[in-house]
Amino acid sequence: MSRQMNVSLFTDAIAEMCVEANLRLSKDMSAAMANAIQSEQSTLGKKVLSQLEENLKIADTESIPICQDTGMAVIFLEIGQEVQLVGGDLTEAVNAGVKKGYTEGYLRKSVVADPLLRENTKDNTPAVIHTSIVPGDQVKITVAPKGFGSENMSKVFMLKPADGAEGVKEAILSAVKDAGPNACPPIVIGVGIGGTFEKCALMAKHALTRETGTHSPLPHIRAMEEELLEKINALGIGPGGLGGKITALAIHIETYPTHIAGLPVAVNLCCHVNRHCTRII
Amino acid sequence: MEQHIQVPFDKTTAASFHIGDYVYLTGTIYAARDAAHQRMMQALEKGESLPLDWKGQVVYYMGPSPAREGRPIGSAGPTTSGRMDRYTPALLDLGMIGMIGKGKRTPAVKEAVIRNGAVYFAAVGGAGALLSQCIKSSEVIAYDDLGAEAIRKLEVENFPVIVVMDASGNDLYAEVTKNL
Repeated sequence: MSRQMNVSLFTDAIAEMCVEANLRLSKDMSAAMANAIQSEQSTLGKKVLSQLEENLKIADTESIPICQDTGMAVIFLEIGQEVQLVGGDLTEAVNAGVKKGYTEGYLRKSVVADPLLRENTKDNTPAVIHTSIVPGDQVKITVAPKGFGSENMSKVFMLKPADGAEGVKEAILSAVKDAGPNACPPIVIGVGIGGTFEKCALMAKHALTRETGTHSPLPHIRAMEEELLEKINALGIGPGGLGGKITALAIHIETYPTHIAGLPVAVNLCCHVNRHCTRII
Repeated sequence: MEQHIQVPFDKTTAASFHIGDYVYLTGTIYAARDAAHQRMMQALEKGESLPLDWKGQVVYYMGPSPAREGRPIGSAGPTTSGRMDRYTPALLDLGMIGMIGKGKRTPAVKEAVIRNGAVYFAAVGGAGALLSQCIKSSEVIAYDDLGAEAIRKLEVENFPVIVVMDASGNDLYAEVTKNL
């Protein structure tokens, strides 16, 4: 049995989700920020976190984006294999949603049509769309607009199998150190380990959308997440990079089988806003 | 130390700041980011004049989100300063006295800061809604076609910043991570 779904449903949902993700911190990120404020000890660090807390209140009540960089819209679509999409082109429907959300929601248009010619598209399209086909007759939409302060500090490492877990940890720590204040700490760190060059980068991006505060179901990966969060928060970079304990709010690692010759690792950094918003239709 | 300072300010005032100082700025600053800097450099290379005289002025690396009706500006936090590093020494040598942004700078910028007795402030990255409340008016004065990247004249009131590089070249970011 297939279920027919009109692509216009995507347009409306995505328009609303782009605005929601940019104006209001998700519940999991709010909880992570509240914890951070309790734990920070440094004077400037506390000051930065209290400014960010006040910023979130103003953004919510005044309907002003949390950050002026309202991102490039990254959209994950998990499409049930029993769904039949009708009523038009899916990509066009998604981009129509992005255009509507960014225009009507007073969000910044930050996308240029050509990476070298650099002319602004003026409606923040196109989105970066990742689709996957899954069992079922529903569609899960995740909208994760990504700011580029932190995106610019992200990295891919093609390690050797001999580098092992220690090499992976070193690579992740070096990415966080190199980013320092530029990624707008406190940050969330999405990591992909394994797969191929592009697969690990996609996993790192997807890992950012995981509910903050939850861990990998794999015991050795969970242990690595816990160990790395502790090590990162011992670096001293702190909120705003001005010194303190809270450099990262969370680290999420995803893994995938890989080749006998390789150990790819991608590290995608994200600021405290870590916009992500999910809906099932 | 907390200070309330009028902008623009002179070299004596710039020299009085120390890294870690918390400063509230009131007065006029100018927003410019990547594309505006690139255009200004092209103008300088051609021997043309710039849309404003940077002497004694403070730049804010920022491109706002659109303003809602009745508001001067949308979200308006700092962008990463390092992307402007290639262009910054030339503007400092023209007399620009201060910069507001976030993140690390190159050694060339640091040398230009020392050479010209300037100062680099950080605003809190990600606090764009809060910072927008300190901006009382905003007017595009050049490169309107660049949209969010146009040069804007901003009137600010008690705009909160932290001194991250002072006129002697002390660098708060480097201090924080020197033991890494």
